[in-house]
Amino acid sequence: MIEIKNLHKSYKMGSNSLHVLKGINFSVAEGELVAIMGSSGSGKSTLLNILGMLDVLDEGSYNLDGVPIVDLNETKAAQYRNKFLGFIFQSFNLINYKSAMENVALPLYYQKVARKEREEKSIKYLEQVGLKEWAGHLPSELSGGQKQRVAIARAMAAEPKVLLADEPTGALDSKTSYEVMDLIQKINDAGNTILIVTHEPDIADMCKRIVHLKDGVIVEDKKVDQVRASQYV
Amino acid sequence: MFNKDRWKEILEVLTTNWFRTVLTAFGVFWGILILIILLAAGKGLENGVKSDFGDSATNTMFVWSRNTTKAYKGLPKGRRFRFKLKDVAAIKESFPDLKFVSPRNQLGGFGGANNVVRGLNTGAYNVYGDYPETIQQDPMLMTSGRFINYSDINEKRKIAIIGEGVKRGLYSKGETVIGSYIKIQGVNFMVVGTYKKKNTNGEEGEKEIFVPFTAFSQAFNRANNVGWMAITANDGTSITSLKEDIVALLKEKRKVHPDDKRAVGYFDLYEEYNKIESLFGALKFIAYFVGVLVLLSGIIGVSNIMLIVVKERTKEIGIRRALGENPWSIKVQILMESLFLTLISGMAGIVFGALFVYGINTLLDANGPVDMFLNPSIGIGVVIVALIILIISGLLAGFIPANSAVKVKPIDALRSE
Ligand SMILES: Nc1ncnc2c1ncn2[C@@H]1O[C@H](COP(=O)(O)OP(=O)(O)OP(=O)(O)O)[C@@H](O)[C@H]1O
Ligand SMILES: [Mg+2]
Repeated sequence: MIEIKNLHKSYKMGSNSLHVLKGINFSVAEGELVAIMGSSGSGKSTLLNILGMLDVLDEGSYNLDGVPIVDLNETKAAQYRNKFLGFIFQSFNLINYKSAMENVALPLYYQKVARKEREEKSIKYLEQVGLKEWAGHLPSELSGGQKQRVAIARAMAAEPKVLLADEPTGALDSKTSYEVMDLIQKINDAGNTILIVTHEPDIADMCKRIVHLKDGVIVEDKKVDQVRASQYV
Repeated sequence: MFNKDRWKEILEVLTTNWFRTVLTAFGVFWGILILIILLAAGKGLENGVKSDFGDSATNTMFVWSRNTTKAYKGLPKGRRFRFKLKDVAAIKESFPDLKFVSPRNQLGGFGGANNVVRGLNTGAYNVYGDYPETIQQDPMLMTSGRFINYSDINEKRKIAIIGEGVKRGLYSKGETVIGSYIKIQGVNFMVVGTYKKKNTNGEEGEKEIFVPFTAFSQAFNRANNVGWMAITANDGTSITSLKEDIVALLKEKRKVHPDDKRAVGYFDLYEEYNKIESLFGALKFIAYFVGVLVLLSGIIGVSNIMLIVVKERTKEIGIRRALGENPWSIKVQILMESLFLTLISGMAGIVFGALFVYGINTLLDANGPVDMFLNPSIGIGVVIVALIILIISGLLAGFIPANSAVKVKPIDALRSE
């Protein structure tokens, strides 16, 4: 599903440049649930942003579902993001003047799906995350866990090939974190490919594979026995 | 592009901060309001001044004779001369493009001695010897009876047409005017008509008496002399282009030196009218200039606010782009917000301006006419021009903010707090 070869990325700041990713080789098959770990500043978010086509690589190659991701203009990148990827952020990033349902419907709107179908689909996904009754509420009326579940529903709405989550539980307490992980595991069980950046070992243990980043290279990449989150909920 | 979701979003964005939106809208509102009021005031002034011309045939010149200032063909300088009736015929013959050539003679004048008597009443009035065409060059409204006709001219009938002002001066209320006699410098004329002037300088204009040219000449011993002439050209020809030749012909007929600039006086109504036309053209230009400048500051205000809105929504724009919104769609969104705000406030300005002009008109109607100001108005043309200006400026105002909205990379937009 994802294939990365010899990926390099540096940030230029004035005269000196910061080499963040120093030759990453990495691939993810369909249906995997991967945790990316590493100390702060190790380049986890940078990697995820490149995978998400929000940022561009300096060197190396990136293939997503067999499509080479190279030299995209903004319009093309937006189209690919919409079609291939779903994002889940640490700070939820819901649009605060739109209701939960409208937020979930946004990716479908950008796909020019008709209004009625959009509404039906977003209700369906809100139901999956257990928030059907909250469809008409604004994000400001929801708790952190509820917001993240709306964000997950939104990421799922366009039926992407890969879900990318940058510290999805970073702003939540442990109980809520497990609820969110339970949801993510269920989505994964249904066959979706998911990448999660996290600091927390217990969250990482709920994935099927853990990748450790250090100083811009992968130092460890192992399969683990998945801990089910449902037992803590 | 213009779907329901788009409109919903525009309204959501503009209504999140009502106070700011209204303040911004006020700038554009004010600019258009001033533009509309200036244009309407200019139109009012134009209507006022042009109504002084009334329905007069503006393609008209007046010629009169003065003393010569050059000796010519054995005749001395300082000679007093008069046009003759045959000069009128000569002009008509030489210039087929003329519509009317009316010779006129005149008695009395402003502040002159009393020259008209009826019973015990007397008055000082202008008395003109005229041809029937006069009424087409200087329109009057006959309030009773009739104007001079050609059988009056041919039979030298001693009849008179008097203004409503003359009637008020010489007759008491309810008296029969038609058929009565008035004595002009000792000669009896029968009144056959009364008139009102359409022009607004009415009062003075209605203190005039018209009698047939031939009867006037006979009664007051003018022989074949002509005091002055009113010459009107056909619609397709401007009198201004003919006047030099007409004056030259008159000089030749009256044996005046061709270079004698003073001997023949004339007044070109058409040229004066055109001067006023171009004056109002300039006035209109100034109104647009000032109005658009004021509007410009409103537009800059809109642009400024849109920049702030874009800045505030950087994060949101980042999210939307991460979710796959096309950058072009974001541009269109910002442009339409700007356009919508500009158009709505501009239209409010147009409506308010129209109400204001309507109010002024009502006041003018209620309090009677004012000098040099009449019926200020804004035509549909002005409204269309104003709307076009608004559309262009709304797009201009949104242009920079729309570009800055998509210039930020989605990753940077997401990072901003
Ligand atoms: N836009 C940028 N410009 C300059 N430097 C950047 C930029 N983004 C990230 N960096 C730097 O790159 C390095 C890696 O950043 P990154 O965000 O990938 O770390 P991370 O592993 O996600 O850390 P954390 O766990 O704290 O989120 C950091 O040193 C950071 O300062
Ligand atoms: Mg990070």
